[in-house]
Amino acid sequence: MAVRTTPLQRANALAGRGVQGLYALVMNAVGFVVEPIQRVIGQRNMAYLFLLPNLLVFGIFILFPMALNVYFAMTSGTALYPQDRNFVGMANFERLYTCTDYANPNTCLEDRFWRAARNTGVFVAFQVSGMVAISLLTAMVLNRKIRGLGFFRSVFFYPVLLSPVVVALIWKWILQRDGVLNAILISFGQDPINFLLNGTWAMTWVIIVSIWANMGFYTLILLAGLQSIPVELYDAGAIDGTSTLQSFRHITMPLLMPTMMVVLVLSLIRAVQMFDEVFVLTGGGPGSATMLLVQYIYATGFGTQNPRFGMAAAASVTLGAVLLVATLLQLRIGRGSERHLA
Amino acid sequence: MTAVGRFLGRRQGHKGAWTVADVLTYAYLIVGVLVMFGPVAWLVLSSFKTQQNLLEFPPTLLPLAQVTTAVDGYAERLPLFDVILEDGSEARLAQVRRIGLMAQMVDPAAPDEVLQIPIELRTPVRELRLATENYTESFTRFNFLRYLRNSVVVTVTATLITLVINSMAAFALSKYRFRGRNLIFLVIISTLMIPISVILVPVYLVVNQVGWINNLWGVIIPGAATPTGVFLLRQYMLTIPDELLDAGRIDGASEWRIFWQIVIPLSAPALAVLAIFSVMWRWNDFLWPLIVLTRSEFFTLQVGLNAFQGELQVQWHFVLAMTVLTLLPITLVFSLLQRFITTGIASTGVKG
Repeated sequence: MAVRTTPLQRANALAGRGVQGLYALVMNAVGFVVEPIQRVIGQRNMAYLFLLPNLLVFGIFILFPMALNVYFAMTSGTALYPQDRNFVGMANFERLYTCTDYANPNTCLEDRFWRAARNTGVFVAFQVSGMVAISLLTAMVLNRKIRGLGFFRSVFFYPVLLSPVVVALIWKWILQRDGVLNAILISFGQDPINFLLNGTWAMTWVIIVSIWANMGFYTLILLAGLQSIPVELYDAGAIDGTSTLQSFRHITMPLLMPTMMVVLVLSLIRAVQMFDEVFVLTGGGPGSATMLLVQYIYATGFGTQNPRFGMAAAASVTLGAVLLVATLLQLRIGRGSERHLA
Repeated sequence: MTAVGRFLGRRQGHKGAWTVADVLTYAYLIVGVLVMFGPVAWLVLSSFKTQQNLLEFPPTLLPLAQVTTAVDGYAERLPLFDVILEDGSEARLAQVRRIGLMAQMVDPAAPDEVLQIPIELRTPVRELRLATENYTESFTRFNFLRYLRNSVVVTVTATLITLVINSMAAFALSKYRFRGRNLIFLVIISTLMIPISVILVPVYLVVNQVGWINNLWGVIIPGAATPTGVFLLRQYMLTIPDELLDAGRIDGASEWRIFWQIVIPLSAPALAVLAIFSVMWRWNDFLWPLIVLTRSEFFTLQVGLNAFQGELQVQWHFVLAMTVLTLLPITLVFSLLQRFITTGIASTGVKG
């Protein structure tokens, strides 16, 4: 009757049964409270009960703060509580958007905001295009018949799991003046470069490091997209005598487009919100050469003795508006794939 | 051009001869392994170097430490050097002290005679040694176990709460028709991409009002009702046939029982994906904990590590060791579950 099992399997089975037992116990206990409620409010209204915990947290910590943020953006002072703050209307926004020459942040009243905005623009443009290109190339390489696919897939994905602080410290160690990268440069007869103390180099490395840390995620999505293209299409193409370049242009690219758009929008939204890696790697420096928008918000509202919550809120309303546009874009694109799912 | 063409083509399987495309493919993969793993390997190697070894430029590849030896008549162990003597012969001597450009050295075999050697004629004798003291000593400065505990508490609690409240909400939104359903769903997904960094100030105010500054709950709760989770689970639950639920109802099961005995087990794949995401988000979370947790006894690993590197900028030997300890747990989990995680993530298109 008994099938021979290893001790490990027995332990696993036992643990599984333990978890299931605990789950049933807890759920039954909750049921003692919930089931009488159903008898009072009726079966159909149970939906509201199921929604309640989520909506409470959502309402208190997301929805209400979003509304409050707009109010904060219209007040000034260093007080945290809304009742202690002065209502100033659009003054924060006016200050934020006042420049004599929008191309030159130095002419703006809130020059650090504009510098951060410009840095974010540069960062997003290069990071997103680099990310999409490298992820696509890697996904296509992984999609070929290769030995050890699982291993290589994990190799490219591994940095995604590392925390931004760890990623930044790894690269800070490599990029410092006496770091291994400069040692390599010298061994090739080049002069050492103070990578993190030169504005252009610092921005370049911030972009490279953030691509390094996140490309594995997009590679996985694109690889899944490539693998979902039916092989029969390529076979049919081969019968019709298409070249591989043609089949790439006329089969792979069009069918991969929805996945590409998802990757593009996701990486765009994440790039606009970038903070952690840059904050630890460069601290926004040298000067404010790598300060991005979220860091401006953090520095204005929290990283100072005289927090300017109103200005921070005004800047975040601006950032929120940008993200909202990107989200709407995402939903428009997502609608197609959702219909496909349903 | 044909090589490029073949490379762009899909799954060109061949037996036998290697094509240019194959060579390119494996070259790319090998460079990829170096670029992706190299920095981490360099971090780990460096973390085992002594402080002296770390200050060397150009750096040595492996952790090297000077060999020391016990010499009769000297209380401390003395460092060993290879020395070129005046007569041109080589000897291995121990250094007693260095005075300017001269070093006082002794032969460990004959410790009574002290030799004066110009320092440029000696080279240190070194051996491969892992400076584990980097790890043991930094424990006294960096409260690793406390931060680890805080990180684990935040990650586990937050993930459990996220799974419970989001699956309940997704159940309601996917399996009931009620007034306001579409409105609620629309409001939730329109915040899908709004990160906490956009509402830092007011969330800080709310958390402060609740009394959760310097409290792990202040980190756990605000992100628990993630729109991503609701969306992911709702889409999955839509695929569960309503007939299953109705069958349960006919058998007299309550709505709660239908939820936990039918819907939850059937949604296991989606719940697993959300669990992976939640663990990744929470473990790596930085900006929000940085704002909420200002007292070091509440620091999570990430916040603690950042504070540690800020304090000890020059003491890289400690910072490197603690960085390795911080990346260790997630590396272990990944190496155990990697197939599960990579396929799980590939099946969705979400990241916070």
